[in-house]
Amino acid sequence: MSDLEDFRRETRAWLEANCPASMRTPILSDDDPCWGGRKWTFKSEDQRLWLERMAERGWTAPDWPKEYGGGGLTKEETKILREEMARIKARPPLHSFGIWMIGPAILKFGSEELKRQHIPPIVRGEIRWCQGYSEPGAGSDLAGLQTRAVDMGDHFIVNGQKIWTSYADKADWMFCLVRTNPDVKKQLGISLVLFDMTTPGVSTRPIKLISGSSPFCETFLDDVRVEKNQVVGEIDQGWTIAKYLLTHEREMIGGFGRTAAGEKTLSQQAVDVLGLDNGRLADSFMRADIARWDLDAKAFELTAERVVDEAKSGQGVGNASAMLKYYGTELNKRRQELLMALYGSDSLVWEGEAWRDGALPRQWLRSKGNSIEGGTSEIQLNVIAKNILGLG
Amino acid sequence: MARLVLNEEQQMLKDSAQGFLRERAPISQLRRLRDERDEKGYSQALWSAMVEMGFTGILLPEEFGGTGFGHVGMGQIGEQVGRNLSASPLFATAVLGASAIDLAGNEQQKQDLLPRIAAGELLTALAVDERARHTPDWVETQAERRNEGFVLNGEKRYVVDGHIADKLIVSARTAGSASERDGITLLIVDADADGVEIERTIMVDSRNAAVVRLSGVRVDAGAVLGEVDNGYPLLERLLDIGNAHIAAELLGIAQEAFERTVQYLKERKQFGVLIGSFQGLQHRAAHLWSEIELVKSVVLAALSALDQGSADAAQLASLAKAKASEVAQLATNEAVQMHGGIGMTDEFDIGLFIKRARPLQQLFGDYRYHADRYAALSGY
Ligand SMILES: Cc1cc2nc3c(=O)[nH]c(=O)nc-3n(C[C@H](O)[C@H](O)[C@H](O)COP(=O)(O)OP(=O)(O)OC[C@H]3O[C@@H](n4cnc5c(N)ncnc54)[C@H](O)[C@@H]3O)c2cc1C
Repeated sequence: MSDLEDFRRETRAWLEANCPASMRTPILSDDDPCWGGRKWTFKSEDQRLWLERMAERGWTAPDWPKEYGGGGLTKEETKILREEMARIKARPPLHSFGIWMIGPAILKFGSEELKRQHIPPIVRGEIRWCQGYSEPGAGSDLAGLQTRAVDMGDHFIVNGQKIWTSYADKADWMFCLVRTNPDVKKQLGISLVLFDMTTPGVSTRPIKLISGSSPFCETFLDDVRVEKNQVVGEIDQGWTIAKYLLTHEREMIGGFGRTAAGEKTLSQQAVDVLGLDNGRLADSFMRADIARWDLDAKAFELTAERVVDEAKSGQGVGNASAMLKYYGTELNKRRQELLMALYGSDSLVWEGEAWRDGALPRQWLRSKGNSIEGGTSEIQLNVIAKNILGLG
Repeated sequence: MARLVLNEEQQMLKDSAQGFLRERAPISQLRRLRDERDEKGYSQALWSAMVEMGFTGILLPEEFGGTGFGHVGMGQIGEQVGRNLSASPLFATAVLGASAIDLAGNEQQKQDLLPRIAAGELLTALAVDERARHTPDWVETQAERRNEGFVLNGEKRYVVDGHIADKLIVSARTAGSASERDGITLLIVDADADGVEIERTIMVDSRNAAVVRLSGVRVDAGAVLGEVDNGYPLLERLLDIGNAHIAAELLGIAQEAFERTVQYLKERKQFGVLIGSFQGLQHRAAHLWSEIELVKSVVLAALSALDQGSADAAQLASLAKAKASEVAQLATNEAVQMHGGIGMTDEFDIGLFIKRARPLQQLFGDYRYHADRYAALSGY
């Protein structure tokens, strides 16, 4: 116990000394955080410093093994680090599909060679990744994907089209699901491969979102050469890894519902805007709606905590990620609708100085995608009904 | 109560509005206005064609160049406007402006203004709200008596069509303090008068709105619309009219978003079958269909009550606005969700419906405002 207390004290002191003041402010949009990668230009010197200092300790990926550049922290230490960062409202130094998604998959399923090649640049924020799963004909039915990888001995030649690939135009590498065997049950002929986005035959076309920003892309794969050593896990075993990875993604997206560090809670904002009347929010309808959301949000937070604690002690239901993803994203959508109602006509301003450059409506619109990306709410409910409840 | 069906004349108006707007003011027109950052925010050619169709005179008596078809008739056009997301001055001028002057104008004002409204030569805007959440009795804008007239100071936001209007109808305080209902007066102010500053604001729906600032604006006694100090009942009546017509437009939005979604459920395949074959989606679509049926009824009842001058018109207007807002929100959210990834793209039209629905929901009071008002009018 005292070890952990020492760790907390040291961490607190280090963060105080090393986290620049401007990195202790809330992240306002998708473009605001540091995403890293070869093409990244830092938004400020503070942003660069903060990434550099955290990456040096491996604290961009605190619980990854030290030998690949991670922080090597235990679960308890990782939790303390997060708490101490939250305490000073520190931003995460890096937003990264590498850290959230492909990194854990490589660590769990990848060869030693892949770990040495890919994990350290992920930790340092040098390589930015994108996720090539969805295709025009394969969204919810992901296993129906058609992008074909033909075995050429020491490499594959890949042809096909991916869609809704977030930040494909800004990413350096893609982790991509491809069909390596068309003659077996659809889940059994899929492989997870990695390739550089500058490989000949890879091209992207950005697609604008309804929020007007943060484009995702169509990605075209035209005779793309992928080395065999860039397959994660076994050939034709990609579906198992994809499912593992989706679990990670779901837990992460489910967390979008939570109030970001340094941001005022919904109820605090409501008090600011509407004021109190005898200690009660001065609008009884808003008060009822906000209270209902608040109760659910708190209950959700406790549930997320309980799921983690149960998993640590080896109990609990599998597939909890489906519930967290479903509930968390629906909560976030409700929160965004309440914010729109709370700020009234100010929340409708799309551009210009009349009101915050349209940050609110853009974030509201973007939240609509939370219950679609990473598997729709309907698919999560199907997973719960089938796998947990044994229905159908 | 009048029967809840359209008469022949109203049905004809609905049919012709449907064909006309689909052809002359489709969604692609709104996109073009948005992408080209059109200064006026509407097509002059469309407006002229609307005038020719008689849309601007639907609520006006024949003696001033109108047809007197009434609110049910006008609501049929509004519904089609919702379906096509057609941008035009119709609501601010031919509903709000026309009603305001027809209801409360003196002979002089009617003679001066109504024929020009019917002819599409004069655009109006109703400048009411000063707070972000609709609070029509919160009026800080001052109209101080000076000689025979008034001097205005204050700020209104976000005024629909504020930056294209020739005349602003402004609620201002001539007595009492903010949030008192007595002491409010409606005044007609020239948009180009000295001291009027108008800043266009670009909103989420790419439609027209503006912040209007008044500093030392002088008007004479002839600018008063209705009674001095007793403008609030008139304002409430105008807002009821506005809300019933907004509800009609929201109904159009909900229906169109819904129908496009049902169509998609019949086209998109996943897991080897049409997604419309999944019961999880079927039940939600069926539920939404039921809700939309309810909205059709309340919108027609509210419009019809306005035409009849029924005692419960205010209550029905709040019912229609509340229910239409609730269901349009559900319909547009479901539309995006059931389209999956493509529903999140700017290239695809469904997102434009969600962007238009919210401003309409909030304009002149959202679901909560009108549920509260409905309760108050019902005596609880
Ligand atoms: C903002 C955003 C970012 C994204 N980023 C990425 C990315 O980086 N990489 C990537 O590969 N993909 C990405 N996606 C794609 C995302 O994973 C897919 O959009 C999603 O899986 C749904 O697929 P779809 O769009 O084809 O919709 P469809 O599968 O066609 O679904 C349409 C509707 O049908 C419903 N439906 C489908 N099957 C069933 C069923 N069995 N039962 C009930 N309802 C059903 C769905 O829930 C949905 O409501 C992103 C999507 C969004 C919105």
